[in-house]
Amino acid sequence: MHEMGIVLHLAKTLDETAEENKLSSIGKVVLQIGEVSGIMTDLFTDAWDYFKVRHPILKDSTLELETLPAVTWCDSCKSKYETVKYGRECPYCHSGETWLIQGDECVIKEIEAE
Amino acid sequence: MKTITLNASVTASNERDADALRARMRACGTLLVNVMSSPGAGKTTLLSRLIRDLDGIRIAVMEADIESDVDAKRIEALGASSIQVHTSGMCHMDAGMTAAAFDELQQTLPCSQAIQLPSAQNLPCSQGRGTALKGGGGVKGGGWVRPDFDLIFLENVGNLICPAEYDTGAGLNLMLLSVPEGDDKPLKYPLMFQKSDALIVTKTDTLRYFNFDLSKCEARARALNPNLKIFPVSAKNGEGMDKLETWLKQQMDEFR
Repeated sequence: MHEMGIVLHLAKTLDETAEENKLSSIGKVVLQIGEVSGIMTDLFTDAWDYFKVRHPILKDSTLELETLPAVTWCDSCKSKYETVKYGRECPYCHSGETWLIQGDECVIKEIEAE
Repeated sequence: MKTITLNASVTASNERDADALRARMRACGTLLVNVMSSPGAGKTTLLSRLIRDLDGIRIAVMEADIESDVDAKRIEALGASSIQVHTSGMCHMDAGMTAAAFDELQQTLPCSQAIQLPSAQNLPCSQGRGTALKGGGGVKGGGWVRPDFDLIFLENVGNLICPAEYDTGAGLNLMLLSVPEGDDKPLKYPLMFQKSDALIVTKTDTLRYFNFDLSKCEARARALNPNLKIFPVSAKNGEGMDKLETWLKQQMDEFR
């Protein structure tokens, strides 16, 4: 359910891009998905495949997913670390004053179209 | 075939819709409050209490559910305007759906539910918001006008995950966490706590039956969102409601 909702938003954003750039067909869509974005990539691909054949501008398109690693910043010792491996607590100084700086994105990087 | 670099959020179109709806709400002086929680946390019960307590404030409720209209009926029974939105299986409301529900709320309410204002001076918006639906002729004391609201609650789909990811265009985001759900929820659903302006801990009348540590819950929630306002309430016995209501009224004043 959640992934289908994202596909619908993606399609709407692509429709607007197509209109602005006078595109008639989209060939490839490259998305960057953060490691902790909560998006299940296999379910997302299934939802995309289901949707695209029903949406003329996307019917011949392919979807390429790139994973963005999750990185957390520690405010106490000013260091970066891998979020998935260590979680909220900084592995260097054990502070909890940490913030995710990358990894929750779902970004359209580029499209190929005509 | 050409390559276009976008680097745009997948939900960029939603973010634009949300900003447009917020601007529209501000222009008509209506504070839209997005109410989020898991199913059964007490959203409808809390809203029912607020409708009864906030006498003199014109309130409407948009009830978003996957199915049924039981919540909308509960709200209407209290005399407030309500509209049921079915999300067609979707687990959240987005800004486009919210704007459509707002249009519906403004346009299709029967005249019997419209608010009667004695004179144009009482219209809260100088641009003549509150367009007459019926001329003054047949109605004693002036024309029926399209309903205007001071406060609209959007009761989002019961879900602690997806609604946090979509900006609905609301001016204020509230989340509810009920005592029986447990004080560990900030650890499990961090985004919801980060995106909310206030956390309302509901069903505090049941605190003695559950191992719910209010101070632990507050510390966990504030670690995620230092600016989060926290209101422990019982909509059943009224405990804590006054503080929440005072704060809501302040938010309405600030939004205008």
